[in-house]
Amino acid sequence: MNSSQRINITKASSHSAISEGKLTRWLLSTVALSFLILFLLLPLFTVFAEALRNGWQTYGKALSDADGLAAIKLTVIASAIAVPLNLIFGVAAAWSIAKFEFRGKVLLSTLIDLPFSVSPVVTGLIFVLMFGASGWAAPLLNNTDIQILFALPGIVLVSIFVTFPFIARELIPLMQEQGSDEEQAALSLGANGWQTFWHVTLPNIRWGLLYGVLLCNARAMGEFGAVSVVSGHIRGETNTLPLHVEILYNEYNFAAAFAMASILACLALVTLAIKAVLEKTHGLKH
Amino acid sequence: MKFKTNSPLPGFAPALFYTVLYLALIVVIPLSGLFFKTAELGLAQFWDLISGERVTHALTISFTTALAAAIINAVFGLIIAWVFVRYDFTGKGLFDAIIDLPFALPTAVAGIALSTLYSGSGWLGSLFNKIGIEIAFTPLGIVIALTFIGLPFVVRSVEPVLRELEKELEEAAASLGANRWQTLYHVVFPTLLPALLSGFALAFARGVGEYGSVIFIAGNVPYVSEVAPLLIVIKLEEYDYAGATAVAAAMLLISFVLLILINALQAWSQRYKSSSQNVSTTPVQEHLA
Repeated sequence: MNSSQRINITKASSHSAISEGKLTRWLLSTVALSFLILFLLLPLFTVFAEALRNGWQTYGKALSDADGLAAIKLTVIASAIAVPLNLIFGVAAAWSIAKFEFRGKVLLSTLIDLPFSVSPVVTGLIFVLMFGASGWAAPLLNNTDIQILFALPGIVLVSIFVTFPFIARELIPLMQEQGSDEEQAALSLGANGWQTFWHVTLPNIRWGLLYGVLLCNARAMGEFGAVSVVSGHIRGETNTLPLHVEILYNEYNFAAAFAMASILACLALVTLAIKAVLEKTHGLKH
Repeated sequence: MKFKTNSPLPGFAPALFYTVLYLALIVVIPLSGLFFKTAELGLAQFWDLISGERVTHALTISFTTALAAAIINAVFGLIIAWVFVRYDFTGKGLFDAIIDLPFALPTAVAGIALSTLYSGSGWLGSLFNKIGIEIAFTPLGIVIALTFIGLPFVVRSVEPVLRELEKELEEAAASLGANRWQTLYHVVFPTLLPALLSGFALAFARGVGEYGSVIFIAGNVPYVSEVAPLLIVIKLEEYDYAGATAVAAAMLLISFVLLILINALQAWSQRYKSSSQNVSTTPVQEHLA
């Protein structure tokens, strides 16, 4: 009796000693959720509330505006070039870094991450310094008709730069974890390099790849600072969707600005939803 | 020493060649242009360009607001990570997905939403106005925007370490007579500190360079609420490339020094850890060590 009582006491005290009291738990949860609601959910809700403030008709009209449609088209074209290029790079980088051992690997990884720590505005600046009127790379283009700044190539270049590490970052840890045993087995059974890649490596990394592409695309379509510096803001021509949002907002055309913004917000929500599903069903965790 | 250890897998040379080429063309060569341009200026002219009052104000505003936001995020990010790893509640999955919203939502969208929300006639702005606090178009607004942008960096840095933290350590502390707060303070917190610091550093670095979410809510009054990235844009619009480059270089330099300090702090916070406990070591680093 005496000893069982002692056990009970130890149990109870050790339980309360490795977790917080009920009140503390409630308090911490409330603080955490209130912070998330106040700082994240409320701004998101504002986007849709403001977009629909004057009703669905105004919303529809704002979405079908010619300059708006041109902005959407330019945004889609720029990402459709930038994302596949970074995809090819991401796979090549992950293949060499995750499957092989070589000197200078850490340096290479660090350089790949570099664009993450460069301010978007500075990204724009470095391409202006390169291709601007007195830019150091401008003489290369002297005898051609190619215009980089204030045109599609400039927008594509900065989009590639700001989303540069996304897919590689997603694939490198994934491929490192998987090792190369399966590839070696396929090779020893007579598959060639491409067959091994298509039938063994690619199926193993497809969900990570999809997630990397989604993140890369969301960032490419939503990039503002860097694109703003190199685009020249020519309405209907070099305005991407985020730049068009800025222009409408600065013209006090709030309903149209938020209508355009709601498209980008939907893109963000779809990205987050797919991420949540991938994490749940395929155990990807970041 | 050989450049590469033998491997039966094919494709190393073309993959590495393409990786290095693409990296050089897109990142290394363009970025080095910034350094050459800065070096071209010379020390005297560089100092001249960044010691103007408008520039020093912009740099001060950028770094102080980023610091304030990173501190707010460190405190609340830690609480949020704790609640999500240790407690269960309804809607956890939904909230967990929402934590990454600042990563996915374009900064301009966040900017106009926050600006509308915190302006004098906005839902939150009008509440704060009643108690005499103005948020939009003041440095406080910048802090709000940077808090939004930086939150996931802290939460996502702390979460994995917290998840791997062995409960046995806490049980051991408790069985040796520590109360809950002593256990948290002496056992749990020191283990989380390196991850918390790296989340803090990421949020801070992101905040210093942030543009899109800030410019709408900041009001951009020179000397008061004008951030350094905006000043770079303004100088570029005036074709003052030297001025823009100098501000960018100063921004990168200060960030670099601060990140080295944070790294040193991080190394100090890991002083009690044995190498086997070091969760932040990646397999590559271990392999190379």
